[in-house]
Amino acid sequence: MHDIPAPAAQHHTPPQGFIRKHIFSVDHKVIGKQYYGLALVAVFTGMGLSWLMRFHLVWPNKAIYGLQWLSKIGAPGGVITPEYYLSLMTMHGTLMVFFVLTNAPFAAFGNYFLPIQIGAEDMAFPRFNMMSFWITFLAFVVLISAFFVPGGPPISGWTSYAPLSAVGPDSGPGEGLGQTLWAVSIAIFCVASLLGALNFIATTLDLRAKGMTLMRMPLSTWAWFITSCIALLAFAVLLPATLLLILDRVAGTSFFIPSNLMVGDRLQPHSGGSPLLWQHLFWFFGHPEVYIAILPSMGIISHILITSMRRPLLSHKAIIYSMLSIAFLSYMVWGHHMFVSGMNPFSSLMFSFPTLLITIPSTILTLIWLGSLYGSKLHITSATLFALGFVSMFVSGGVTGFFLAQPSIDIYLHATYFVVGHFHMVMGVASLFGVFAGTYFWFPKMTGRMMSETLGKLHFWLTFVGTYCIFMPFHYLGLAGNVRRYSTFVNDFMGPLMPVHKFITIAALLTGASQFIFLYNLIHSRFRGKPAPQNPWNATSLEWTMPSPPPWDNFGGKHPVVYHDPYQYGVEGSTGDYVMQDSPEQIKSVRDEKTLT
Amino acid sequence: MATTVHEPPKSDRLPGRNGSGHNLIPAEGDLRAIQDRSPEPARTGIWIGLATITMSFAAFTSALIVRQGSAADWQHITLPRVLYFNTLVLLASSVTLEVSRRRISTYMRGMASDAVRPVSWLYATVFLGMVFVAGQYAAWVRLKSEGLYLPTSPTSSFFYVLTAAHALHVLGGLGGLANVIQKLSRSVATLRRSTLDATSYYWHFMGILWLYLLLLLWLKF
Amino acid sequence: MAAPTSGEKRGTMGKLFAVIVVLIAIASAVPILMHKWVPPADISTHGPTIDEQMSDTMAEAGLSFLAAQFLLAFFVWKFSGVPATAKIRTFPGGATAMVAAAVILVGTEVLALGILGQRAWATVYFTAPAANAVQVQTQAGQFAFYFRYPGPDGKFGPLHPDKIDEGNQNFFGLDPDNDPDSKDDIVTAELAIPVNREVHLLMHAKDVNHSFYVRELRIQQDFVPGLDLSLHFTANKTGRYEILCTQLCGLGHYNMKGYLTVLSQEDFDTWLKQKASEQ
Repeated sequence: MHDIPAPAAQHHTPPQGFIRKHIFSVDHKVIGKQYYGLALVAVFTGMGLSWLMRFHLVWPNKAIYGLQWLSKIGAPGGVITPEYYLSLMTMHGTLMVFFVLTNAPFAAFGNYFLPIQIGAEDMAFPRFNMMSFWITFLAFVVLISAFFVPGGPPISGWTSYAPLSAVGPDSGPGEGLGQTLWAVSIAIFCVASLLGALNFIATTLDLRAKGMTLMRMPLSTWAWFITSCIALLAFAVLLPATLLLILDRVAGTSFFIPSNLMVGDRLQPHSGGSPLLWQHLFWFFGHPEVYIAILPSMGIISHILITSMRRPLLSHKAIIYSMLSIAFLSYMVWGHHMFVSGMNPFSSLMFSFPTLLITIPSTILTLIWLGSLYGSKLHITSATLFALGFVSMFVSGGVTGFFLAQPSIDIYLHATYFVVGHFHMVMGVASLFGVFAGTYFWFPKMTGRMMSETLGKLHFWLTFVGTYCIFMPFHYLGLAGNVRRYSTFVNDFMGPLMPVHKFITIAALLTGASQFIFLYNLIHSRFRGKPAPQNPWNATSLEWTMPSPPPWDNFGGKHPVVYHDPYQYGVEGSTGDYVMQDSPEQIKSVRDEKTLT
Repeated sequence: MATTVHEPPKSDRLPGRNGSGHNLIPAEGDLRAIQDRSPEPARTGIWIGLATITMSFAAFTSALIVRQGSAADWQHITLPRVLYFNTLVLLASSVTLEVSRRRISTYMRGMASDAVRPVSWLYATVFLGMVFVAGQYAAWVRLKSEGLYLPTSPTSSFFYVLTAAHALHVLGGLGGLANVIQKLSRSVATLRRSTLDATSYYWHFMGILWLYLLLLLWLKF
Repeated sequence: MAAPTSGEKRGTMGKLFAVIVVLIAIASAVPILMHKWVPPADISTHGPTIDEQMSDTMAEAGLSFLAAQFLLAFFVWKFSGVPATAKIRTFPGGATAMVAAAVILVGTEVLALGILGQRAWATVYFTAPAANAVQVQTQAGQFAFYFRYPGPDGKFGPLHPDKIDEGNQNFFGLDPDNDPDSKDDIVTAELAIPVNREVHLLMHAKDVNHSFYVRELRIQQDFVPGLDLSLHFTANKTGRYEILCTQLCGLGHYNMKGYLTVLSQEDFDTWLKQKASEQ
C-alpha cells in the first residue's frame, strides 16, 4: 500500500539540516517565531521613527546626531525637514499597522498556537504557511528599501490618499519611487496575509482533534479564527486598490486622479478619476484591519485572565458572539473615517449608526472581563498585569471612540490629536499589551525557559504608566484643536500647548527606553532563563500538555483526545484546582459541563 | 497494488480528525463509536480561496461602477470578437476537466475498465486553457490596433485590468492542473481526490468568473 | 508552579495595580473637569448644538471611563491575594446581567445620544444655503488658501488651471480678457465675511486633497479635487480666526493656513471695495 502523506503533516519525517529546520521551515512553530522576530524588528524600527518624530515636534531646529547619514537630503546636518518628518510618519504608521499589529498578535502567536490549541500536528497547508512568512518578509524588505531610494519614503501617510499618492513626484519629495515601493510592498503583504488567513480558517475547520468541538476551542483560538475571516475579505479589497494605485502612478491610468489638476506647476495628464474611490476602497479594508489588530489580543488576554483568575469567564458564548458581532459590524462602518471627506453627508449618518452599535459588543466584552474578576482568585504574574492593563487601555481608548462615532462631533475632532490618541490607545497600546501578555505567558512553552518575573513586572509598570502619560494628553490636545500630521506647530494657538508636547516627548523617550528591558529579558531568558516546567501556570488548554518546547510534530505522533471545555478551573481536579482538556477524568464539582454557556 | 492510487487509509495513525458535534468523547473514553466526518483541508481551502477571489473582483466591480459615475469620460468600446471564441474555449475546457475528473475518480476507486491513467482529458483541458490565455492576448492586440491602450480611457483601463487579473488567475489554475498531471503521472501516483476536486472547482470557477466579467463588460462597455 | 511568595499571598501587585489605575483615572479626569484644554469659544450659529453634544458625550464617556476603571481597580484589589481555600463566586446575575447592562444601559444611551446628536450635523449639511448668502469661493492648493468674491455681477468666472500664474497673482487661473464674468471677480489672500449673515463657501481644490477647518466656527470639510463641494454657515461674533488645512497635502501641510476675519456689515463692505480696487 502506498503511504499517502496525511493532510496536515506533509512532513511526516522530522526536518533535517539548518536551512530546513530554521529558515525555510514548514513547521508552524518556526514560522510563528519568524513572524514574531520580524515584528520585533518592525516595532523597534517604528518606535525609533516615533522618537525622531516626537523629538522634531518639540525641538524642530535641533540636530539629531547621525541622522544625516540615513538621509543627506531628508535631514541635512541632522535636522529633519518637513517632508522627511512626513516620510518618517508614513513609515512609522505602515510598519506598526501592518508589520507589527497584523504580524505579532495574529500571525506570530496564531501560527504557533492555533494548531496546538486545537490538537493538530500542523497547519492545513504547511508549505503555503512557509510562503506566507517569506512573502511577508519580502514585503518588509521592499518597504524598508524606500528609505534608501532617491526622494526617500513617501509622505502621504499610511493611508496614502490619492491624488497626493497617485500623481507622482510632482506632489512632493518621496512621491516618486518611494511611494511606488510602498504600494508594491503593501500589495505583496496582502498576498501573504490572504495565504495566512486561508491556512488559519482551513486548519480550524478541518484539523481539530477528536472531541474538540468549536465551542471547546480556547478563546485565543476563536479570536484567531474570527480575525482570519475578517482578514480574508479585507485584504482581498486592499490588493486591487493598491494595484489600481500603482497603475495610476506608472501606467498613466486615472482611477483616482481627476482632470485639471495643477500639481507642482504641471497640469497633470490624467482625467476623470475619483479621489474618494481610493478612500472608500482603502477604508473598506482599513476598518476591518483595526479589528484584525485588536481581536487576537482580546482572545489572548481572555485566555490569560482566565488562567490567572482560576475561573472561567462569566460566559464563554457571550465572548464569542461579541467577537463575531464586532467582526460582522466592522464591515459596515468604514465611512466613519470619511465623515467630512466630501462624501454624501447622508452616508455619514448611515455609517454612524453601526459605528455606535459596535459599542454594545465591546461593552459586553468589557463587562464580562470585569464581572469575571469578581469572586475570582487572581494570581498575578507579568502576563496577568498586561492582560489587566489591556482592559484598562481598551476602556480608555474605547470611550473616545464614542466621540468620533458621531459626525457632529467629528466635525470638530476630525484630523486632530484626539483621533491620534484614540487609535494609539486601542491599537498602539491595548493591542500591544496583548502581545506582551502573550509573550510572558507563552515564552516558557516556546523556549523551555522562564522569563524574569521581576523584569517583567518592571517592564509592565514603566510601560503602563508611560503609555498613559504619552497618549492621554493627546486627547486634551485634540480638544483644543491641535491638528495632526503637522511637522511643526506654527499656529497661533499652539503656544500654550507646547509644554504638553514636551511632556509627551519625554514620556515617549522614557517609555520607549523601557522596552529595552523587555528585549533584554527576552534575549537573556532565552539562553539563561530558569528551566520551565511543562505547565508553569497550571493551565488547562492543549499547549500545556506538551513538553516545553514542543517537539517538531507537536503531540509526538500521538493524537490528543479532548474531553472537556477549555476552562475547567475552580474544580477538583487530580492535579489541582483545574482539569486539562485532554484529561479523561470526570469533573467532580457542583458546576457540571453544561453550565459553561 | 503498487500502481493504484488510494485514498489515504483511514486509521488512527493519521492526525487531525475533527470533533464535530458527533464526535463528543464520553468520559469513559470509548473511541470505537466515533466516526470521522472531517473534510480534507483542500476541499475547505478551495472555497475559502474562491471567496477571496470573489471579493477582489467585487472590489474591482465597485471601482468600475464608481469610476464610471465620477466623470463623463466613459467611452463605449466594441468588445473584440475573439472574446466570444475564448469564452467557448474556456467553457469547453470545463467540460474536458469534468470528464477527466470523473474518469480519474473511477480509476482511483479501482473501478476503471483498464489500467491506463486517464490523463489525456487533463492534457486537453490544459491545452484549451492555454488557447484561452492566448486568445485573451489576441484581444489585447486587437484593442491596441484600435489605439486603445491601458491609459487611453477608463473603459480601456478596466478592460485590461479585469481581463489581465482573470488571466493571471487562469495561469495559476494551469499551474494547479500541471500539478495534478504530475502527481497522477508518477510511477507511484500520489494524487489525492481532494486535490483533484479542489483544482477542478478552481478551474470551473475561472469559467464562471469569466462569464460574469464578460457580462459586466458587455453591459457596461 | 513555584510556591507563592508572601507578596503574592497578600496580593501586593494587585493592590498596587488598583492604586495606580485609580490614580491614572483621576489624573486623566482632572484636566477635563478643570476645563483646562477646551475648544475655543464658539462663534457660529450652529456651534452651540455641537458643543452641547460634546458635553453630553463627555459626561457619558467620562462616567463610563471612571466607572470601568474604578470597577477594575476595586475588583483587582479585592480579589488578588485571596487565600487558596477561598471559594470562587459568581457576580450576581452572571453574564445575563452584563449583557443586559451593556445592551440596555449603554446601548440605549449611546444610540440615543448618537441619534439625537445628528441635529447639529443636519443643520450644517442638510439645509440649503440661504438665497441671500454671501458667496465666496475658496481654492486650496499646495500650500495656501485663496479666496474669490464674485463682484457686482454676482457670478464667478470660469477657472483655467493652465492659466494659473502665482508670480502675477493669478491664483485661480482667471482669464478676464475672454471671460466677462471674471472681470469683476475679487481675489484675496484672506477670507473676510460679514457677521450675522450666512456665508456660502464654495470649495475648489487645485491639486490634492486639503481641508478647511476653523475651530471657532465648528466647521470642517475636505476639498476633493474634481468635486464641487461647499459649506454654509453664519458667524455671530466679529474677530480674526485661523483657518487650518487638516488634510495631509504635502510637505507644507503644517504651514498651510489662512485667516478668517469676521467684520460688521459696513466694515465688510469697505473691505470688499478696498480689495476690488486692488485687483
